[in-house]
Amino acid sequence: MDVAKIDAILKKYNGNPDFLIEILQDVQEEWRYLPVDLMRHLADELGVPLARVSHIATFYKAFSLEPRGVHEVQVCMGTACHVKGASRVLDAMSRELGIGEGQTTADKQYTLEAVRCVGACGVAPVVVIDDEYHGDLMPDASAKLISRHMKEGAR
Amino acid sequence: MTQINFTNLGSAAAAEKKRLAGYKAMLMVCTGTGCVSAKAFSLLDTLKEEVSKHDLDKDFLVVGTGCNGFCGQGPILVVQPQGVFYQRLKKTDMTRIVEEHLIGGKPVEDLMHRELSSNEPIHKMDDIPFFSKQKLIALRNKGLVDPENIDSYFARDGYAALKEALEKGSSKGVLAEVKTSALRGRGGGGFPAGVKWASCIAAVDKTGKEPVVVCNADEGDPGAFMDRSIIETDPHTVLEGMCLGAYAIGAKEGFIYIRKEYPLAVTRLEKAISQARDRGLLGDGIMGSDFSFDIIVHRGAGAFVCGESTALMASMEGRAGEPSPKYIHNVESGYKDRPTVLNNVETWANIPVIVEKGGKWFAAIGTGDVSKDPWGGSSGTKVFSLVGNINNTGLVEVPMGITMREIIFDVGGGIPDDREFKAVQTGGPSGGCLPASLLDEPVDFDTLTKAGSMMGSGGMIVMDDHTCMVDVAKYFMEFLKTESCGKCNPCREGTVTLYGILDRITRGEGVKGDIDDLERISRVMEAGSLCQLGATACNPVLSTLRYFREEYDAHINEKRCPGKVCKDLITFTINDECNGCMVCAKRCPTNAISGEKKAKHTIDQNECIKCGICNDVCKYDAVNVE
Ligand SMILES: Cc1cc2nc3c(=O)[nH]c(=O)nc-3n(C[C@H](O)[C@H](O)[C@H](O)COP(=O)(O)O)c2cc1C
Ligand code: SF4
Ligand code: SF4
Ligand code: SF4
Ligand code: FES
Ligand code: FES
Repeated sequence: MDVAKIDAILKKYNGNPDFLIEILQDVQEEWRYLPVDLMRHLADELGVPLARVSHIATFYKAFSLEPRGVHEVQVCMGTACHVKGASRVLDAMSRELGIGEGQTTADKQYTLEAVRCVGACGVAPVVVIDDEYHGDLMPDASAKLISRHMKEGAR
Repeated sequence: MTQINFTNLGSAAAAEKKRLAGYKAMLMVCTGTGCVSAKAFSLLDTLKEEVSKHDLDKDFLVVGTGCNGFCGQGPILVVQPQGVFYQRLKKTDMTRIVEEHLIGGKPVEDLMHRELSSNEPIHKMDDIPFFSKQKLIALRNKGLVDPENIDSYFARDGYAALKEALEKGSSKGVLAEVKTSALRGRGGGGFPAGVKWASCIAAVDKTGKEPVVVCNADEGDPGAFMDRSIIETDPHTVLEGMCLGAYAIGAKEGFIYIRKEYPLAVTRLEKAISQARDRGLLGDGIMGSDFSFDIIVHRGAGAFVCGESTALMASMEGRAGEPSPKYIHNVESGYKDRPTVLNNVETWANIPVIVEKGGKWFAAIGTGDVSKDPWGGSSGTKVFSLVGNINNTGLVEVPMGITMREIIFDVGGGIPDDREFKAVQTGGPSGGCLPASLLDEPVDFDTLTKAGSMMGSGGMIVMDDHTCMVDVAKYFMEFLKTESCGKCNPCREGTVTLYGILDRITRGEGVKGDIDDLERISRVMEAGSLCQLGATACNPVLSTLRYFREEYDAHINEKRCPGKVCKDLITFTINDECNGCMVCAKRCPTNAISGEKKAKHTIDQNECIKCGICNDVCKYDAVNVE
């Protein structure tokens, strides 16, 4: 556990438990999951029950108790994307990556997620890979995109 | 940084106007999320390089703006003030625009939008039908300001409404204008903002507690991006609106609750807040007056229910966002038990214009008679995210009372690929699907509710005849069962049960009695759920049953999916149009397609997983879906 890093995050929010959700978001971003000993440490530092921290950790979708992959592949399953075939896009991604929705590849490189609207409905269907948006992405193109991403990553 | 006060706001605006007028033109590149997905940022850089390369920095200013609205045609560049509109741009087009248009004086016609029927290029943005029927209030600055530069908002007379209100020193005056405007909340419920503010003031008088104002930017409706766009495009209009609201109710603290999934919006919002603080437009003694107010941003972490007011308050206190019973209203006891005014982003964005132009002006737009009672109609405009199976996808702002047909066919340009209109979904997961027979109804709060849908926050998803309405109902129920917080039984169990029935129907395993069960369970959820998520969860089911009953019957009785969507009820085959180009065979993920080059191909039904890719990639209409 890297205490200095956690302290820096806590300091950013003045150790104010009102910002517990934001604090956990920063931890999730840094560690790619919420390690249990870290949650315990945060609970102590902020003076809140561990139960409240774990309630938040399991309530909100942004958090994960297991390490997520290096790359996050998010397939938008919002309504605009749905009517343009998003579930077929998700299937295609799932086939290419060899994992189901919510899972992480064995080499911990990719996590596949179905997310609700990412706010680019005008160019549906949309896939977001590590914060980069890809619009108008039909199933075939999405398969090509991710297989190219995997090859480039391997190099 | 010069601090802005009553005397120098006007000169700050004039100085910026003068600076901008010094340019021959401004090149406004859309850097909203839609266009960014089509590499708008690299376009912006290329354009800047091209302009510098030709030594034109003195003549032309390149600006990155928020969403222009016409996202489906992105990336977009508008040359202002002339209003020349370019679309679907590539990096190489930047050289052409600089050389042919800026230097040569001849706008590049083949990068312009084209008239749908005649295919003639349209030079001016305002002449494009997508834009010409719109009326902009909340989006008045879209594509015209640099969201990361507060001076650019001054140049559009930003903060003038706040200045006037503070100078007059009448908080009652602000409240009076908002009341007269009859502005109803744009976040879904349509509750009159003036009434809400007045009850908050009454609660403050009663309890003596410090009130707060909150902006709901959680934007839960999947398929809607109005709030995100307003913040990405014109963050200061939201801040100014909140300042005015805070002044009216006497709040010193404000909060914005925004989804963390909107990184660009969060960044621009935080930049705007810090610029406003630097210029004395947030903080102690705003513009030299005795009014002090500041805003803190809270980032949500991905839970639809957090858009609900009581859940949002819990989440802002750093807790799980579970709703609580609404015996006591937020206006009396909301954030940390203090009197709280919660309004949606778009509601706040309307406030500066209402204060500036007067409530009467606003109330004159829209439907019904709101002169005595804000519930008497729907005043003003509404921003919609017009998406799905429609030619012109994007963000539109139209006057209340416009018909669905005008929005979909005039502004939206109708349905692509010669398909037929089937339904339009409004109101998100709490709303419903409306059929063609209601296209001529006016769009306002009360008409939509009567029709079994609701206005909601402004998602408008158009569906063509290749959409399955049972699948749509199932889609929403899957969403709702995942998003139900699980606190109360009718919603927690009801959504799962409804989903199970709908799923069976789409798999061809529907039985007699299913429809009765759907209706019965819906009634229980409506009556017994703790919050509106559960109480309205049945709307997508009930509205599709009401208007598209025959599709349910086809699935249950004939095991047929009329929209040709439900995998278990369709098969893919190749017809005689096939010329053996082999494209589908290469792309089929299971190698189910075989055939010689230049000969008709066939699909092995045992291998086919019905992914639909062959149908997507075939250019010759040779794949049948039955
Ligand atoms: C499940 C649920 C989700 C909601 N999501 C949002 C939302 O994302 N944005 C929003 O402004 N209002 C949302 N609302 C409505 C808010 O509870 C509240 O009515 C609104 O923010 C008040 O602002 P307004 O009066 O300006 O519309 C939601 C309501 C429910 C029941
Ligand atoms: S209706 Fe649903 S979301 Fe609302 S409190 Fe009950 S379980 Fe939670
Ligand atoms: S893509 Fe179409 S035309 Fe080409 S082989 Fe397949 S079915 Fe035939
Ligand atoms: S639907 Fe998919 S699996 Fe079936 S033949 Fe076409 S491409 Fe292959
Ligand atoms: S529905 Fe996919 S981006 Fe909005
Ligand atoms: S994001 Fe560029 S037009 Fe909407």
